[in-house]
Amino acid sequence: MGNEAIVRGALEAGVAFVSTYPGTPSSEIGNIFYRISKEAGVYFEFSTNEKVALEAGIGASFSNLKTLVAMKSFGLNVALDSLLPLAYAGTKGPMVIIVADDPNCWSSAQSEENSRAFAYLSHVPILEPSDPQECKDFTKLGFKISENFKIPVIIRTTTRVAHQSSLVTFENILKPENKGEFIRDKKRFVTMPPQVLEMKEELLEKIEKIKEFSEKSEINSEDSSKKSKIGIITSGISYLYVMEALKELGLELPVLKLGFFYPLPEEKIKVFIKSLKKILVVEELEPYLENEVERLAKKSNCKLEVIGKKLLSQTGEMKPEFVSSAIARVSGKKVQISDFYAGTEGKFLIPKMKHLARFCPGCPYWSVFTTVKKVAPESTVFGGDIGCYMLGSVSPHNLYDYLFSMGSSIGIAHGVNKSTKSKVIAFIGDSTFFHAGIPALINTVFNKSNPLIIVLDNQTTAMTGHQLNPGMGENGIKIEDIVSACGIKNLKIIDPVDVKELEDGIKEFLPKEEVSVIISRHLCALLAKKQQG
Amino acid sequence: MIINGVGGQGLITLLKIISEAALIEGKDVRTSELHGLSQRGGSVEVYIRFGKKIWSPLVEKGKAGLILSLEMQESINGLYFSSKDTVFLINKYQTPTFLKDFSEKEVLDNIKKLSQKAYLVPAGEICQKEFGTDVVAGIYLLGYAVFKGFMPLKSASLLSAIKNIVPEKFLELNEKAFNLAGK
Repeated sequence: MGNEAIVRGALEAGVAFVSTYPGTPSSEIGNIFYRISKEAGVYFEFSTNEKVALEAGIGASFSNLKTLVAMKSFGLNVALDSLLPLAYAGTKGPMVIIVADDPNCWSSAQSEENSRAFAYLSHVPILEPSDPQECKDFTKLGFKISENFKIPVIIRTTTRVAHQSSLVTFENILKPENKGEFIRDKKRFVTMPPQVLEMKEELLEKIEKIKEFSEKSEINSEDSSKKSKIGIITSGISYLYVMEALKELGLELPVLKLGFFYPLPEEKIKVFIKSLKKILVVEELEPYLENEVERLAKKSNCKLEVIGKKLLSQTGEMKPEFVSSAIARVSGKKVQISDFYAGTEGKFLIPKMKHLARFCPGCPYWSVFTTVKKVAPESTVFGGDIGCYMLGSVSPHNLYDYLFSMGSSIGIAHGVNKSTKSKVIAFIGDSTFFHAGIPALINTVFNKSNPLIIVLDNQTTAMTGHQLNPGMGENGIKIEDIVSACGIKNLKIIDPVDVKELEDGIKEFLPKEEVSVIISRHLCALLAKKQQG
Repeated sequence: MIINGVGGQGLITLLKIISEAALIEGKDVRTSELHGLSQRGGSVEVYIRFGKKIWSPLVEKGKAGLILSLEMQESINGLYFSSKDTVFLINKYQTPTFLKDFSEKEVLDNIKKLSQKAYLVPAGEICQKEFGTDVVAGIYLLGYAVFKGFMPLKSASLLSAIKNIVPEKFLELNEKAFNLAGK
């Protein structure tokens, strides 16, 4: 699997320090390191959130360790605040950051994020693998680039790359060097004006040098042996669909596959497009490559017709049939559509069929949602957050009035509460509470609002596969201690199996003038089953 | 081929067994699966492609050779990937969708508009009767697909793959379920 290959690549590169916050489709990377770290001699942690994970990695890099940090797309939004200065300061021990996007939002609630755009903001190099072999190779290459140019490198995967399986060739694992040393270097590690502007100049110079490297790099590979006036530029998963389509259509077109998204090998692209009449840019989501090709065409081939999002959607994941039909249209080749072929172009319409995801049998959340719906008045505003309990927004519960990003159930509850007379009940899971709920909770106390916060504490990070979080284990941090330390007096800890207790708690707390918290604590049913064997 | 069903039915194990068997036969293999929230009892489909040279991990629209549905209604979602040549192997097992449910007749009527090669097999019931459990229904269907020739892999490769993938303590049960379909 792509994620497994990333782990293998990091081990072959001699990674010594790994930190992550789980998020689909990146979670397996952390799960595997959690399992093997001791044996592999690698330091590993599930950090509180992605920003903290990145910062832990920065500390390790500054101490000269080879470092890997992994997260899903939205994780990079959280970590961004520290990524930008890191690009300025540069790395000491090489660092690779894995960012896994989820086109089509298979397991993402908040947006269909295309993290490639962060390259423009941060000037951090981004590589895009297409399959598990490249996941391994690019991770290793990322460490090399980082080592040579003293800059963090992002490997951007997508669901169909991270969760794709195919054969991967192994090489030897390099024994990690895990004795770090922090050698003071204030000129590099302290980003303060006026120094910071000099650092930016240095960063831009670095990128120019990496661009030269990108021009020569084998991961930007072209096959120009095909003599056609129509060419294709592609990257990531789309490359595989392009190759499949060319095979199926029996077409021979020149293809430029870009492993580097940033910095782009501009000269290579210019040479590739120079003698072409038409170019099809096949990329998932927003047309970043297409825009670049348009720009470069003005310099090298101003008559070139650049085709991309005119034929391929910006929304949803790329599919092989979209690519083959686009290639067929651009090349003027007729596609053979089977006589009996379902779908809109076929003989009949396929009815809509879907099993809604729902809470597992025995899930402690079932009773919470039924009880809340029963007890809370019609006018109550319900805020959701990120975790299994997102399912509270679908049938049969249909509860949430808003649902955004990690920790936002409390933050938004405060704003609604301050702006209206509405009572708000905000739901948040234990891992999400630690991740981003605490600052928002403090805000409700500091700026005096009175939402009722129900912490759905199932004592694990359930949705992504039961990873550790700070509240777990005997010495786990108690959520009630944090709540009390904020000076919140309206606090109850209940077991949702006792519906009466939950009902009474909600009835008692809803009319309160200050913020109140109910911690609904019951072990995740799946985890309980797992623990029993 | 595509395997679909609902989260928790063991689709990923089947995917692993089939890919392993294809690798044993020296074929190029690519698969794609989904994790995360979609696993919680919702619709799931995974893709397995094997052959001489495979590029795409996803099955192209209209090009599936076999749709193996562990839940009856899910076979409707296989239609998108199918043509008149596609074989539908469907487990006679139904779980509510919490949206619009389809009856057995509605499911089969829809499939038969496209393909006449639809096989509805009460795998869960057979396994329950034979082994006292229906957890191996998927393996039984896998055996069914192989012994009926719906899948271009040898039963010996699949049995070796089962040995490599399935944990020791469940191995015998899985082998029995697989072989039962060939009887």
